Amino acid sequence: MTVESGQPDVRAKRLSKDEIEANFADLHPPLSRSEALIEADRCYFCYDAPCTTACPTGIDIPSFIQKIRSDNIRGSARTILRENIMGGMCARVCPTEVLCEEACVRNSHAEKPVEIGLLQRYATDPIIDARTQLFPRAEASGKRVAVVGGGPAGLSCAHRLAVLGHEVVIFNRDEKPGGLNEYGIAAYKTVDDFAQIEVDYILRVGGIEVRHSCALGEDVQLPELIDEFDAVFLGIGLGQSNDLGIEGEDKDGVINAIDYIAELRQADDKSRMPIGRTVVVIGGGMTAIDIAVQSRHLGARQVHMVYRRGPEKMSASVFEQALAQTSGVTIHHRAPPKRIIGDDHVIGVEFETDDGKFVLYADMVFKAIGQQMEGIGDIEMENGRIVVDDGHRTSLTRVWAGGDCVVGGDDLTVSAVQHGKLAAIDIDQQLRGAKSG
Amino acid sequence: MADLKTTFLGIESPNPFWLASAPPTDKAYNVNRAFEAGWGGVVWKTLGEDGPPIVNVNGPRYSALHSNERRVIGFNNIELITDRPLQTNLDEIRQVKRDWPDRAMVVSVMLPMNEKAWADNLPRIEDTGADAFELNFGCPHGMSERGMGAAVGQVPEYIQMATEWAKKAASIPVIVKLTPNVANILPPAKAALDGGADAVSLINTINSIMGVNYDTLTMYPTTDGMGTHGGYCGEAVKPIALNMVAEIARSQATRGLPISGIGGVTDWRDAVDFLALGASNVQVCTAAMVYGFKIVDDLVDGLSTFLDEKGLTLDQLVGKAVPSVTDWQYLNLNYEEKAVIDQDLCIKCGRCHVVCEDTSHQAITHTVDGERRFEVIDEECVGCNLCVSVCPVDSCITMKQTSDDSDPKLNWTAHPNNPMRNTD
Repeated sequence: MTVESGQPDVRAKRLSKDEIEANFADLHPPLSRSEALIEADRCYFCYDAPCTTACPTGIDIPSFIQKIRSDNIRGSARTILRENIMGGMCARVCPTEVLCEEACVRNSHAEKPVEIGLLQRYATDPIIDARTQLFPRAEASGKRVAVVGGGPAGLSCAHRLAVLGHEVVIFNRDEKPGGLNEYGIAAYKTVDDFAQIEVDYILRVGGIEVRHSCALGEDVQLPELIDEFDAVFLGIGLGQSNDLGIEGEDKDGVINAIDYIAELRQADDKSRMPIGRTVVVIGGGMTAIDIAVQSRHLGARQVHMVYRRGPEKMSASVFEQALAQTSGVTIHHRAPPKRIIGDDHVIGVEFETDDGKFVLYADMVFKAIGQQMEGIGDIEMENGRIVVDDGHRTSLTRVWAGGDCVVGGDDLTVSAVQHGKLAAIDIDQQLRGAKSG
Repeated sequence: MADLKTTFLGIESPNPFWLASAPPTDKAYNVNRAFEAGWGGVVWKTLGEDGPPIVNVNGPRYSALHSNERRVIGFNNIELITDRPLQTNLDEIRQVKRDWPDRAMVVSVMLPMNEKAWADNLPRIEDTGADAFELNFGCPHGMSERGMGAAVGQVPEYIQMATEWAKKAASIPVIVKLTPNVANILPPAKAALDGGADAVSLINTINSIMGVNYDTLTMYPTTDGMGTHGGYCGEAVKPIALNMVAEIARSQATRGLPISGIGGVTDWRDAVDFLALGASNVQVCTAAMVYGFKIVDDLVDGLSTFLDEKGLTLDQLVGKAVPSVTDWQYLNLNYEEKAVIDQDLCIKCGRCHVVCEDTSHQAITHTVDGERRFEVIDEECVGCNLCVSVCPVDSCITMKQTSDDSDPKLNWTAHPNNPMRNTD
């Protein structure tokens, strides 16, 4: 046993390559045409539909489902992508069980809701695969906008601005575009390099230049952008992972979950990722769930997810919690970490509860307790996030912001897309002088 | 279990479910399988005159209207009458009747409009031991272009003439099968009665084109790029058939004429519809062509269980609903109903609201005290039943009588707004 030998058991290839591939296959396989038609028939075509109200981007869900029923896939995709250009990714990663599908009236009598997410994927996949452009660009405005950040908020903003006739330059910190869609989301939620396919689809609208490996504050400065461009949109996400602030946090084997998830997403051969025999995840959000489930999928024998408060406070949805549990993750509540135990390498974590202390032995510890952002110049911030108004304007003139980096950002792709879209609409109105700034 | 033994025109069958004259009754092989499965009788696929065999197209004969889960709702065919030699059919009919003496064996015939054809052919067919003839005055495609089928059935005088010829040539009962491709079913039914028909059967299929091929923008289906209208049947035609059956059952001129009901019977409830509206038995084709002969299980079992629960015999069910069918002018205009929405069952889909708002009487709320809530506004509700029809939840919206039973009844014939009212 690890603990008795005192040697940490962290290694790659706990499972065969085939097993790993099966574990990281599509979480929800796509619907066939006949499945989609039957599922579409289950939609009641509600008036003033609660699912649409529940969608952060306000997709007219009954209409897109009606179009699936009539085999009008292009029209269906247009209805979706008009409101949410990342409708393909959102169909895969949205926590639909707390958004549209929770609002579905079919839930009223303990029935299954309509599988809105899967239907959305059915409608958008063929359009995105074929790179079919559904939104012609308006006449060139002669205006140029800088979009900082190549994640969902930035891409959404850039696409809408391009459609509205503006020229856009995206300044992307990473090597690849996509932000957390590329580096953050659990691998089994977006297989077959879908994030890059979707980015390629979005960029093909035209009028968008992307500069990669170009970080704000290092390679490019905000005042320069304000000078050079007619408007600036910040979709920069959050920066550093939060520290636990406890003893022993610097030991080997204590890792930021988002860093590991990013590395895993980029790994061609996931079986080569080293993982502990016993893993402890600290946190209660989606990232904690993602790293816990993926640790199991990589072959960790025991995975504990430990959250300092009760289940009702967890930001991971009930579906996500159930997914973790059915994947063999043990969830502990109301247990704040006290200290990390070990010599050079971690061997366990001590927690302190109302009932006293306990120790979970661990070969690896993942920290998933959120991220924070450093201030940007003299832009107005609140609780570590940028303050914006309804049009997503910041306190700086000609600077807009959206996504996780703003107050009200909720770590959801779909919300970031909505922010980018709203900001683009506001920028457009401002640039055309329709609205006083 | 209620006894379903049926006697129709003196012909006994263990149950009232006969297979209609159509592809399922084309030959001994099929009919033997049907009887093994439990069907009460068959109407053998239409025989024509002896001579060169009928030729069918070698492209699609059938096509269907599907729901999204590919359930067949409506069905269309352009097949003609039997394409096998007359003698082959007669030999098989004789053998099958001998092997299955307790089942009804009716033979459908279609002959040219000259008396000799009927006088020559009917005795020869009757000699097989068949129980009755059914005269096919109904097929709307192909044969009608040659002056037979619906071409006869659309002209009451022809119906009467041919029925008289048939009655003269036959000693077994004669059933006249009617086409629905007429403006009013009563003159053809009356003509059959006047010609001496022992019964009518209806409906035959309805003239129809199923649609267009969206790739080629030609009609669908086609044979070598060209298509023709076919005969429509299946579940979708049942309401049309029921009206025609009820019209014959309740009309003074045709009342009492035995009816064999046909048109979309798929499960036992459809049979109850036909029987209660005046048919003495039912014939089935499309459901068998869609699901196979085994469906007779549910037809027999369901009808029998239903009769047990109602404490009725089959004879008592026949025509039970006919007295409730009348003309619009006799409906009581003083009677009032209004919709009531059961808030515990309501799932708040809003369909009742939007259809009432967009297309009817603006009588259902969308919001009450700031909450999404659907309630009937009694002052606006005219009791039209639209909301009941569209509500996806069974029994969530019901109609409740608001008028008083003691109020005097008033129909259009005496209504003050009717300038032609009866002032007696």
